[in-house]
Amino acid sequence: MSEATLDRPEAQASRGHDAAGGVIDIRDLSLTFQTADGPVYALSHVDLAVRKGEFISFIGPSGCGKTTLLRVIADLEQASSGTISVNGLTPEQARLNRQYGYVFQAPALYPWRTIEKNVMLPLEVFGMSRAEQQARARKYLALVNLAGFEQKFPWQLSGGMQQRASIARALSFDPQLLLMDEPFGALDEIVRDKLNEQLLRLWAETRKTVIFVTHSIPEAVFLSTRIVVMSPRPGRIIDIIECDLGDNRTLDIRETPRFLAIAQRVREGLRAGHSYDD
Amino acid sequence: MSAAAPSRAMPRKAGSTIPVLVITALIMAAWYAACLPMNNDLPQLARVTGLAERYQVSWALERPVLPAPHQIVAELYNSTVGTRLFRQTADGMVLNPRNLVFHAWITLSATLLGFAMGSLLGIVIAIGIVHSRTLSKSLMPWVIISQTIPILAVAPIVIVALGSVGLTGLVPKAIISAYLCFFPVAIGMVKGLLSPDTMQLDLMRTYNGSTVQTFWKLRWPAAVPFLFASLKVAVTISLVGAIVGELPTGAQAGLGARLLSGSYFGQTIQIWSALLLAALLAALLVVAVTLAERLTLKAMGSRP
Repeated sequence: MSEATLDRPEAQASRGHDAAGGVIDIRDLSLTFQTADGPVYALSHVDLAVRKGEFISFIGPSGCGKTTLLRVIADLEQASSGTISVNGLTPEQARLNRQYGYVFQAPALYPWRTIEKNVMLPLEVFGMSRAEQQARARKYLALVNLAGFEQKFPWQLSGGMQQRASIARALSFDPQLLLMDEPFGALDEIVRDKLNEQLLRLWAETRKTVIFVTHSIPEAVFLSTRIVVMSPRPGRIIDIIECDLGDNRTLDIRETPRFLAIAQRVREGLRAGHSYDD
Repeated sequence: MSAAAPSRAMPRKAGSTIPVLVITALIMAAWYAACLPMNNDLPQLARVTGLAERYQVSWALERPVLPAPHQIVAELYNSTVGTRLFRQTADGMVLNPRNLVFHAWITLSATLLGFAMGSLLGIVIAIGIVHSRTLSKSLMPWVIISQTIPILAVAPIVIVALGSVGLTGLVPKAIISAYLCFFPVAIGMVKGLLSPDTMQLDLMRTYNGSTVQTFWKLRWPAAVPFLFASLKVAVTISLVGAIVGELPTGAQAGLGARLLSGSYFGQTIQIWSALLLAALLAALLVVAVTLAERLTLKAMGSRP
């Protein structure tokens, strides 16, 4: 795929917009994959602005482009048309400047490294001093409640603990933007609830901007300040829902009428954009 | 002991020993049984009557077509433990050429040098193939073609060609050995270096890691298990290469030379004992690589 720089001049021009506190600014963004069976419209005319400190969820059925959109922000895919800026930079510049931490669907820990060494991986790549690496690894492992597991290897930890270690790794270099691609999708409900609570606490402590991909409605409503509902064929945004449940949410909030009303609206959005007949 | 063993691993282990022993016993029985028909035409057996006597003679012939296993073991013992290991010369103490250990060491040194050169070559080729599309297209066919040429045809050419430029002894044999053993290493390492999944690679990309960093922090460690699997194959064929390299010179030293001189003079027992020693050497080398593998993978945190 060409890494055409077609959107770079516009991205420069939109700096003024970013000064207003925008972390991510996406305008009329489309991405088409050329496959043997013809073009696949992964993303079609997406517009989205994310402000600093927001917790945004992308929700939708598989094939709606939510992961693709996250990967475009991370410069792991390149858009076919439209403009996108991340912290006022192109996604590529943002990636080269290591402006975001990315948490994948699987922990993606390197199995030959201890948990501590895994958290130190980005810091090693950045060329930080050994002492600084170690201090940060300890600090962020403690933050995700993994103190004492530094010298364990990944296989010695449960799936939930591994994913927490991968979150510590993403936080270790203190990026202001956290991109999370269904990080808890492979975990069971109970572990997932627990990690959701921890993630909210972490977000409250660090006030990073988080973009969180999920296909779980309760998870999206519980975590987010705004929910972006997406739909497939072509991948597009069909609704953006304010999720004003306030700070200090606990799992009990899921029984409140306000929570259920928002969840209902998300469900309707998903239903409207997706025919379950096919 | 096995009855009291609480773990499930114990009976399984005992269960694999017995079949191995049974098969070994069967092979031995068949071997001893085959000694008479194989050696039937030899003059020593012409005037012996009675099946038991004929068998006894067939197991103690001096130059049998097929020697009995105990004859081979005895010859191996006599030519190693039973012979003086060192010899006094003007230059001081050297290994005694009458001792099989001398020949084994000659072959082993060529094997080890060839193994080191071949493995290194294999790794370098794999790194090139993984990182350059041009190299992968241009080099891979040659890597494969190199192995379709019979080594027995190549070996004399290499020995003669290098001999004509004054290179004799260890190095030409090591080159033949390296020629054989680079292949499994190259193939295994290409696979190993490409084994990291998309997520692991994307992760390095999000850190803006350089190609060199991605190599040392991701591709290389991911390839280590593949490397050891290849090295186990490579080390045995290195030995084959070294022995083959000793044949065309009319060789004076090495296990290959013993095989050759044994066949010149009809010393079948000598051939078999050199063969047995070569097999033991190969087993030893594989065990050494396996041991290195176990230690390395343990340090890399693999599941016990």
